Amino acid sequence: MSVKKEAIGKEWPATKYEVGKEKIGEYARVLGIENPVHFDREAAKAAGFRDVVAPPMFAVVYSSPAVGPAMFDSEVGMNFAAMVHGGQEFEWDEPACSGDEITTTAKCLAISEKDGKGFYIFETNAVNQNGDQVVKGTWTCIVRGV
Amino acid sequence: MADLNVGDAIPDLKVTPDKYLTHRYAGASGDFNPIHIDPEFAKAVGLPGTILHGLYMMGLVARANAALADGDPRALKRLSVQFRGMGAPETEIVVSGTVKSVDGDRVVIDTVAAQGDNLTIRNAEAEIQL
Repeated sequence: MSVKKEAIGKEWPATKYEVGKEKIGEYARVLGIENPVHFDREAAKAAGFRDVVAPPMFAVVYSSPAVGPAMFDSEVGMNFAAMVHGGQEFEWDEPACSGDEITTTAKCLAISEKDGKGFYIFETNAVNQNGDQVVKGTWTCIVRGV
Repeated sequence: MADLNVGDAIPDLKVTPDKYLTHRYAGASGDFNPIHIDPEFAKAVGLPGTILHGLYMMGLVARANAALADGDPRALKRLSVQFRGMGAPETEIVVSGTVKSVDGDRVVIDTVAAQGDNLTIRNAEAEIQL
C-alpha cells in the first residue's frame, strides 16, 4: 500500500463562524485563563479591543469546521483508525473578537510517505469580516501503516 | 512585561486536569472524538483510558507563553508544536520553557509540556511580541 497524492493542492469550501462572547468565556475557562478581556466587554474595550477577545488558541474553534471536511475527504483517504495529530502551528495576526464573522478556507499542502507512515499536511487560513488576516493554521496528521 | 534574555527559563505552568476536563474541553472546542471522553471506547482501541486532547495541552503552552506578556492575547504571534506522548487526565502537566532568541521585541521560546517523564508536547516554539 502507499499514500494517494491526488489531493495535494485541493481546496475545500470556506466555512463561516460568528464569534460569540459566551463561547469565548467557555473556552478560556477550560484552559484556566483568567484575564478579564476574555469575559468582560468593558475590560476588553479598555484594553483596546473591539469587544471581548478570544484567546489565541480559540483558533481551533473556528478553524476545525474548515479542516474537518478536508481530513475526512475520501480523495485524501486517511485511515482514521491509525491516525494521530502529529503537529500543529498557528500564526496570528488580527485578534478574533465577539461579533466577528470569520471565514476560513482549507487546503491540502502536502502528502508524503516515510518509513511506512503517511504524512498529511493541511493549511487553514482565516480572515474576518473586514478582510483582515486573523490566523493561518498548519495541521499535520500522521497515519501509521500506509 | 518580562525582561527576557537568551537561556532564561520562563515560569513553569502547572495544571492538573480533573477527570471531567476532557468533557468540558470537548464542549468548548467541538472535538468530541470518543478517545477523549469514553473510557470503554479508548480501551477498545488500545489506549490505557481516555486521553487529553493534544490541542488542550497546546492551549496550556499558549497560556504559559502569553503569561510573559501578562496574558495579553495579542502577544502570541506564532506557536508550533509536535504532539508526542499521550496526556492523561488527573495527572499534573508541567509546561516549561527556555528563551531561544531575542530580536528586538520578538522573543522565541522553546517550550515543552510533560507529565512526569512523559513529554506530551515537545519541540514547541512560541514567538511572542513584548
